[in-house]
Amino acid sequence: MLRASLHYQVGEFHLDLDFAADPGRTLVLVGESGSGKSTVLRLLAGLMRPGAGRIEVDGEVWCDSAAGTWVPPAERAVGYVSQDYALFPHLTVAENVGFGLRAAGRPRGEVLARTAAMLERFGLADFAERRPFQLSGGQQQRVALARALVLEPGLLLLDEPLAALDVSTRDVVRAELKRLLSGLDCITVFVTHAPMEALLFGDPIAVLEGGRLVQVGDRLTLLREPRSRYIATLLGLNLLPGRVVGRGVGEEIHLETPRGEVTVLQQVVGDDLFVVVRPDQVMLSVERPVGSARNVFAGVVEEILPEPPYGERVRVVLGPAPAFVAEISAAAATALDLGPAKSVFASFKATSISAYA
Amino acid sequence: MTIPDRTPLGESLGRLTLLLLAAVLGLLVALPVIGLAFRVTPARVLAQLATPAVQEALWLSVKTSLAATVVAVLLGLPMAHLLATRDFRGKRALEVLMDLPMVIPPTVAGFALLMAFGRVGLLGGALSGFGITLPFTTAGVVLAQVFMAVPFLVGAARAGFQALDPRYLDAAATLRAGEMHTLWRVRLPLALPSIVAGIGMCWARALGEFGATITFAGNMAGTTRTVPLDVYLLLNENLDAAATLSLLLIVMATVLLAAMRQAGLGLFAPPRAPRLAPLPGR
Repeated sequence: MLRASLHYQVGEFHLDLDFAADPGRTLVLVGESGSGKSTVLRLLAGLMRPGAGRIEVDGEVWCDSAAGTWVPPAERAVGYVSQDYALFPHLTVAENVGFGLRAAGRPRGEVLARTAAMLERFGLADFAERRPFQLSGGQQQRVALARALVLEPGLLLLDEPLAALDVSTRDVVRAELKRLLSGLDCITVFVTHAPMEALLFGDPIAVLEGGRLVQVGDRLTLLREPRSRYIATLLGLNLLPGRVVGRGVGEEIHLETPRGEVTVLQQVVGDDLFVVVRPDQVMLSVERPVGSARNVFAGVVEEILPEPPYGERVRVVLGPAPAFVAEISAAAATALDLGPAKSVFASFKATSISAYA
Repeated sequence: MTIPDRTPLGESLGRLTLLLLAAVLGLLVALPVIGLAFRVTPARVLAQLATPAVQEALWLSVKTSLAATVVAVLLGLPMAHLLATRDFRGKRALEVLMDLPMVIPPTVAGFALLMAFGRVGLLGGALSGFGITLPFTTAGVVLAQVFMAVPFLVGAARAGFQALDPRYLDAAATLRAGEMHTLWRVRLPLALPSIVAGIGMCWARALGEFGATITFAGNMAGTTRTVPLDVYLLLNENLDAAATLSLLLIVMATVLLAAMRQAGLGLFAPPRAPRLAPLPGR
């Protein structure tokens, strides 16, 4: 079990989060670059000190700023695999894998035996005497994992483990990595900027935004009720945070959102809600619409993107920020004579949106 | 009249000027060496090499410069490691101190060494109490050479330690390696190209040391008269011998520098140790 409470500040950037992770599972931290993901890993590894915080792994306290406890990285049962793997270029594959055992002062016989077993397990036995630069990206990744895992860490940290690979090999290595991680009994924290990787590996997934966790949950929750623009944008949804300003008859709720007032027909408890609007439920018009479409935003066309597969439908991105997207047929876009800077009205029914706390 | 460098003519004129200036410098360095080479014939070089006096100076030079290099490595690497890895009060002062021998005149350095280790120097009395005499001895020659040459070793090794990608150090730290294990297994091997190049420069500098040696250790045949001192002496007596020894020094220094550089560069080649991608922002 990992329990971490981390506070770290550098310049204007504040990192502030509390989280826990269980053995045998992979916690994925996903976020845009600059969200603080790598910093979290470096703090957990002990390569950086938090301004304040506490890290506890399997009952051992590695860091507790209140109690003045600090365990240096070399004394933590941690495995850390950095983005480029950082394999020692002057050592062979076997020497790389055996490095930690030697550094820990294990007897020579044990170093050789455990290294050999690890190489065998990772399918690297044939490459034992090679140098890292003689390996493919996927093989390098396996060496880096073997090098970290040979020490049987309680906590394995992976920093964008697939980012250094070229696209053609990434699919294969991703599947390999998935298989490998699911067989581990340590706590794994996996950092990525790619939401698809997060959805594939994460159990659970934690979304990091500007140094804060905005959502932690399993992938279904994340898909159904995203709480971050980052994930919503990936899923192609419009996500608006809303504050309840009034409740009408029945299940009618009026919300104030950054784009304007929204009416929802749904039973939801709470004052701060998220509203998801599917772009294909949004209609565009040049004149302000009247009638059953209850919600109307005014906007200015920023760009028009053809939708795969055939471009028969287009995504119209409306400004000003935060952007709001409507998906309409290309024919409709032509009929409306849409183009950049054109003022339009986006409307959607109260029944076509979902809100959650 | 100035020709703007944006025009094609200005561009070519500019390039030509750069080339010319570089050529002038090339000649400035090459001509004296060529002049020396023309002064003697191979037969005369061989004849001079056979004389005991020349052999004596040569052997002394090789011996002392090698010893000085060994001492410089033993003392210089810890200093380079310290300067590359630690921040402390007075670090800037220490850095200046380490560079000082490169910029002060060698004769002044020799005089300063006398003031420290000479009979009347700061430590001279203490040293003679232990029966150790440095001035006007072969050990004194080595000391003068170390003093003058060690900055080259420290500078190169330090640059090598500093250029190390921090991600290798992070990897070592999370693989249970303490500072000493990291030094032996990661820092030293990865900085080896720079260190070897530094050893080359240090050795060549020690081999050519003149001013500090003659001031601190004197000019006694067989004990302190190294090749550079001998050259100076022979200028008045035997130009052939002086030219021979000079040429020899130049050849030795050149071979040393080139070989060490090549060795340094070649340590991870082929191919070179792959450079890691630039560090991400966070």
